[in-house]
Amino acid sequence: MDYWRKPLDAEEINVSQGEVHIIEDRCKGCGYCIEFCPKDILAFSIRFNKKGYHPPEVVGTEKCVNCHYCEIICPEFAIYSVEISTAKEG
Amino acid sequence: MSLTALAKNGAVPDHPLEDLIRSDRIPHIWCPGCGIGTAFAACLSAMKASGIDLQTICMVSGIGCSGRAAGYVKLDSFHTTHGRAIPFATGLKLGNPKLNVVVFSGDGDLFAIGGNHFIHAARRNIDLTVICLNNLNYGMTGGQVAATTPFLARTTTTPAGNPEAPFNLPLLAWAAGATYVARWTILHTRELTECIQKAMKKSGFSFVEVLGPCPVNYGRRNKEKSLQTLKLYQEQTIIRNNADPTDLEVDFSKKVVLGEFVDKERSTCIENYDKTCRLM
Repeated sequence: MDYWRKPLDAEEINVSQGEVHIIEDRCKGCGYCIEFCPKDILAFSIRFNKKGYHPPEVVGTEKCVNCHYCEIICPEFAIYSVEISTAKEG
Repeated sequence: MSLTALAKNGAVPDHPLEDLIRSDRIPHIWCPGCGIGTAFAACLSAMKASGIDLQTICMVSGIGCSGRAAGYVKLDSFHTTHGRAIPFATGLKLGNPKLNVVVFSGDGDLFAIGGNHFIHAARRNIDLTVICLNNLNYGMTGGQVAATTPFLARTTTTPAGNPEAPFNLPLLAWAAGATYVARWTILHTRELTECIQKAMKKSGFSFVEVLGPCPVNYGRRNKEKSLQTLKLYQEQTIIRNNADPTDLEVDFSKKVVLGEFVDKERSTCIENYDKTCRLM
């Protein structure tokens, strides 16, 4: 994310990491998740789903911060994110 | 593709609302970009987050696109005749006061054909939660002018622009005596979910208006793609809690006011009835 001023405690904040799951056959290609993802990690894929729409795909997997916004804006119950446990970080 | 296959095998966790929707009926009938799905999901999230026993929640809806919501929720629900969602819900509540009754319907159903039922339920202060998805036209029947269509907006029946003034729904609810009134758009999903949760816990008549796009019928005739409508919701709205209800017209050439407008206490219909007619 671009900050116009970096928060003083930016190093101490533990940012959660998420994994986006997409149920492709439910998608109707409205593009809301792609447009409103705060990290811009989604994009239309070139493949078609069962109904002939282009479902979104994740282009920056490690950038997801698990904000759930794609999940709550999706009118189709087709996308959701799950938190990844960040046990590996030091 | 692989994720879908994995979901079926159970290796990937299900959608968080999977237990509240009838998955066999999904994908639903709502068009791509329609706001009803988001408002419906917000309503389900609020039910889940409220901590109310889901077995006591009933959803009632009328006719129209939004009316289909009752068919997609995996709770006790009823899809009533046109405009009669509130009378049905009133009967449900009076018959079994332990239930938490949620009415989820559209602006045409609640305010055009069902307008009288709405004002009288608010006057009596029946303990209902009414969620109105306002998409500014009659979407299901082909985009005719509705009681909420903004002044000069084009619809199938007003090709030169709507000559009439629209209803100001929060003002109507406030004037009729509702105890909780709020308005959000589908873009303000988190605030909307919180407000629905509050409205469900509130005893008395609560009303939440949700502005949502209708890209196929309203948007097409007014040169608005669904993403443009959401941009409008982002740029042309202003959040002002406890605003004066007379300032709440939906007119996107000025700023549209969102927020919580009324949150007051008043004795409910059942309380008053018990006090006067059930002398113990």
